[in-house]
Amino acid sequence: MRIVTAGEDALILYLGEKMSPAIAARIRQTGAQLRLMMGAELIDLTPSYTSLLVTFDPLTTSHRTVRAKIQQAIAQPGNGVAASGRLVSLPVFYSPETGPDLEDLAAGAGLSIEQVIAIHQQREYLVYAIGFAPGFAFLGEVDPRIAKPRLPTPRLRVPRGSVAIAGAQTAVYPAATPGGWNLIGRCPTRMFDPEAEPNMPVGVGDRVRFQAIERQQFLALGGEL
Amino acid sequence: MSGLQVLQQGVLSLLQDRGRYGWQHIGLSNGGPVDGPAMQLANRLLGNDPAATCIEVSIGGLALEARLDTCIAYTGGDAPLHLNGRAVAQWRGHTLRAGDHLTFGYARHFCRSYLAVAGGFQVEPQFGSTATVVREGIGGADGKPLARGDLLPCTASPGHPLLQLAAGDIPQYQDTVTLRVIPGYQLRHFPRRQRRRLFASEYTVTERCDRMGYRLRGPAIGCDIDGILSEGIGHGAVQIPADGQPIVLMNDRQTIGGYPKIGSVLSLDTTRLGQLSRGGRVRFEPISAVAASDALRLQYQQLKRLEMQPVREA
Repeated sequence: MRIVTAGEDALILYLGEKMSPAIAARIRQTGAQLRLMMGAELIDLTPSYTSLLVTFDPLTTSHRTVRAKIQQAIAQPGNGVAASGRLVSLPVFYSPETGPDLEDLAAGAGLSIEQVIAIHQQREYLVYAIGFAPGFAFLGEVDPRIAKPRLPTPRLRVPRGSVAIAGAQTAVYPAATPGGWNLIGRCPTRMFDPEAEPNMPVGVGDRVRFQAIERQQFLALGGEL
Repeated sequence: MSGLQVLQQGVLSLLQDRGRYGWQHIGLSNGGPVDGPAMQLANRLLGNDPAATCIEVSIGGLALEARLDTCIAYTGGDAPLHLNGRAVAQWRGHTLRAGDHLTFGYARHFCRSYLAVAGGFQVEPQFGSTATVVREGIGGADGKPLARGDLLPCTASPGHPLLQLAAGDIPQYQDTVTLRVIPGYQLRHFPRRQRRRLFASEYTVTERCDRMGYRLRGPAIGCDIDGILSEGIGHGAVQIPADGQPIVLMNDRQTIGGYPKIGSVLSLDTTRLGQLSRGGRVRFEPISAVAASDALRLQYQQLKRLEMQPVREA
C-alpha cells in the first residue's frame, strides 16, 4: 500500500499492481469510508483498477491530514460497506448487424459466433473503473478465449450502446464516440443519462451480467439500429 | 427572459462557472474557467457571486447584441473588445443599453478573455454546474460552444454601480511562464537525470493546446515504464507519453488515463499557462506540497482582499 502526492489538492492511494476483485473491494470500502470521514473537505473520489485518487479542498485541509484519514480508512475495512456492489443485468442483442467484429473475433478464436456469445454471457464482470467518457464502465475480466486486442485503426464513430471487447476488458459505449474496441453486440439500456436518477445503472464495484435478447426485444426496449 | 444575442460565435466561446466537482467517479470532467482568477474578478467588478456564469472567449471573434439594459465587465487576455465600434477598457464595469453591439477582436498573446454580465447568465446547471464541456456535451448552451442566434439569458440591471480594479491590482501576463511542479504520481519511475532535465530545460507550447491539455515541445523526458493501469488524473498533472514530450492536463482532461505522470503544476500556474498559445515559452520548477499549499492560501487571501473602486464617469 502506498499513498503518493497528486498535486496541490490530491493524494493517490495505490493498493497493488494488478487488478483483482480483492483490491477492487478494498478500494470500494476505503472510498465509502472516506466519504463518511471527510464530509465537505472531500471534493472528488476517482477509483480505478488498483488506485483511488482523493481530491480535497486545499483551503480547509492539508495533505498531512488527508493522508492520516486515508490510513485510518484503510485500517477499518468493511464497517458496514459490502465488499462488492449490486448485480446488474444488461440485455444485449448480439449479432453481426450490431456487432460488426463478431465474425472476425469468432474466426480468430477458432469458435463459432454462438460460442462467443455464450462465453461472453457466462461470466459475472466487475466494474473496475469509469472514465474515458461520462458513463464508460470498464468491466473485467473476459474469458481468455474471447479476449482480443483493440483494432489497429479505431472507428471514427461507434454507435451508442455498442458492447465491445478490448484485451481482457469489456464495456458498453455510453454515447456515440470514436473507439477502437471490438464490437460484438448492442445494449438498449442507457449507460449514462444526465436527466435520469441515478445517471448510470452501474457504479465502480458493482457486478454485471450480460443477457442475450432477440432483435425484437432489443427494439422494444428502446434499442436503436 | 431577454438577454444578449450571439451575432457571431468566434473561435470558441463557452459559458463557464467555477466548474463541475464531485462527479469524477462517473467520468465527468471538471471544466470551468482556464483562468479562474480573471473570471472571478470579472464577476466581482459587477458585485456578482465570484462563480456566477460568464463567457470564456478563447482567442476572440465573438459578437453580441444587447436586448436589454445591463452592465458588463471584461477581464483576462488581450483580445480587444469594442462597444458600438469604440474600444472598451478592461478590468472595469461598463453600462450596456438595449441595441448595443459588443465585438471581440482577436488575441495576440493571451488567449482567454472573460465577459461577465450583472447577475450572471441565467442558465440551468447540470450536475451542479453550468460549465460547458464540449467533449461531453454537458453544461452551458446545450453542451455546445455559443453559436450565432443563441440568446444568453440575463436580467435587466440598469443603473448598476460601476466598479474598476486599481491599476496596481491588474494581473500582469507574461509570455514566458514558470510552472511550479509538485513531484508525485509515478515520480519513482523517472530516473534522476530525467527529472533534472525537465527542471533545467525550456519548453515551447505546440499547436496542440486546448482546454483538455497543453502539449509542449522540448528535450524529451525518459521514463522506465511506458504505461500504467489507468488511474485518476488531477488538475495540472504532467503526463509524459512515450515520445517524452510533456503534456500539462487542464480543466477538460479525461478523468482517468494510463500514461505515466511526473507530478502536477500548481493551479496558480496553469491559469498562466492557459493564457498562452502556440510558441509560448515554459519552464518547470519543483516545489514541495507544503510550499504549494502556502502559495495557494496566500493567493486566495490576496484575491479576497482586492478592493473594487467606483468608476468616475467623465
